[in-house]
Amino acid sequence: MEAPHLLVHDKKDVVGVVVVEGLTAGTDMLCVVTADNSSFRLTTKMDVPIGHKIALVDIKAGDTVWKYGQDIGRAVANIGQGEHVHVHNLKTKRW
Amino acid sequence: MAEKNGINGTFWGWRRENGRVGVRNHVVILPLDDLSNAACESVANNIKGTMALPHAYGRLQFGEDLELFFRTLIGTGANPNVAAVVVIGIEEGWTQRVVDGIRATGKPCEGFGIEGTGDIMTVAKASRTAKDFLQWASERQREECSLSELWVSAKCGESDTTTGLASCPTVGNMYDKLIPQGIYGVFGETSEITGAEHLAKARAATPEIGEKWYRTWKAYQDDVIEAHKTNDLSDSQPTKGNIAGGLTTIEEKALGNLEKIGKECRYIDVLEPAEAPAKGPGLYFMDSSSAAAECVTLMGAAGYVVHCFPTGQGNVIGNPIIPVVKITGNPKTVRTMSEHVDVDVSGIIRREVTIPEAGDMLIDMIRRTANGRLTAAEALGHREFVLTKLYRSA
Repeated sequence: MEAPHLLVHDKKDVVGVVVVEGLTAGTDMLCVVTADNSSFRLTTKMDVPIGHKIALVDIKAGDTVWKYGQDIGRAVANIGQGEHVHVHNLKTKRW
Repeated sequence: MAEKNGINGTFWGWRRENGRVGVRNHVVILPLDDLSNAACESVANNIKGTMALPHAYGRLQFGEDLELFFRTLIGTGANPNVAAVVVIGIEEGWTQRVVDGIRATGKPCEGFGIEGTGDIMTVAKASRTAKDFLQWASERQREECSLSELWVSAKCGESDTTTGLASCPTVGNMYDKLIPQGIYGVFGETSEITGAEHLAKARAATPEIGEKWYRTWKAYQDDVIEAHKTNDLSDSQPTKGNIAGGLTTIEEKALGNLEKIGKECRYIDVLEPAEAPAKGPGLYFMDSSSAAAECVTLMGAAGYVVHCFPTGQGNVIGNPIIPVVKITGNPKTVRTMSEHVDVDVSGIIRREVTIPEAGDMLIDMIRRTANGRLTAAEALGHREFVLTKLYRSA
């Protein structure tokens, strides 16, 4: 089995985690959903480090971001599919 | 693999006077207070093979903070990984309180006060006792014990997104397999459940225990976080290391953290910091700091004898009395910090290893560690012993 570039916890999620080092913009990624082992492909629009997140869909500022099938915070900027999701565009709803 | 490596198997441990089983045979020189660190370190230098546990506190504490202090010191001395203890304090009253607490286990323990004697004479007297204890301990024999007699704690650190994908689910799978066999488990990190509190509450064995857990979590939110909070808790939750590893929010971090308790097991009580579990075998939650050394110190003081520590970015923590087994699923950390890694589960994110297979690898490493294999942290000399303080001293 080909090693995936991106892992997604749950079908409901709008982000996945990069699990390879040195991922570069334009890569056609193999993405695997760990909950059911289903897979799909997505092209990353940016260089993204291992462990960091990539948007699976277009996310609008103010939208809730889902990972593990759960609410992990609110987008504070518009995020395009295939773009890096991190502290510059996602904030906690807590403190 | 699980069968061969003994989910139902045995390990070789030291059975203590109170029936508990330890996996190490330390003779500890325990300071009552900051002032007694120097004398304890002198004794440990005189008597090779003993270990001093210097720390920063023990003076002018009061109320609940003082009770936690005594519980931590007595619990550390009482831990079955410790064969015998010498306690040294500036005065004899509180020193004797710690000695009496440790002696309740039946193990050898003697106390020495410095006032009226001075460091040099105290060190001389305490060194003779330490030598007797060490030679006595060196003749204790390991015996074959059921794996179900292990008390295994868990707390993660320098987490990243691989922690929630690989190393924490590995620990969770271990608990799902070993808790039904009769071991004691524990998880904690009160602030770090924030964002997953609805899931944590639902994992209690009964609604009443879930309510008790929620009150503990909410009290920390109200009394500590709300009183002192800053944006992202001054980059402490998540930490700079978490963020470098790709974790963005406390909610995301908490959801990964909670993977440590697996899919099946439910916690049967909520413990105060350093409180020994008293409801029999099973999983417990301990109200505790998310700072690694504080949390592991509290779990050791509660009587746990092996610690499982999932890490993403590479936390290097150890503990003086309990072996800390490091598990990572981050291939970059395996490549750059291999000397700190005991169990490499990075195969999970390449989809080469399943989580149940990784759980079996961890159970095997727990058994080997219990049998005497030194962990990476032990080999590297990591002995972080850090007391939790609840508020300012008088």
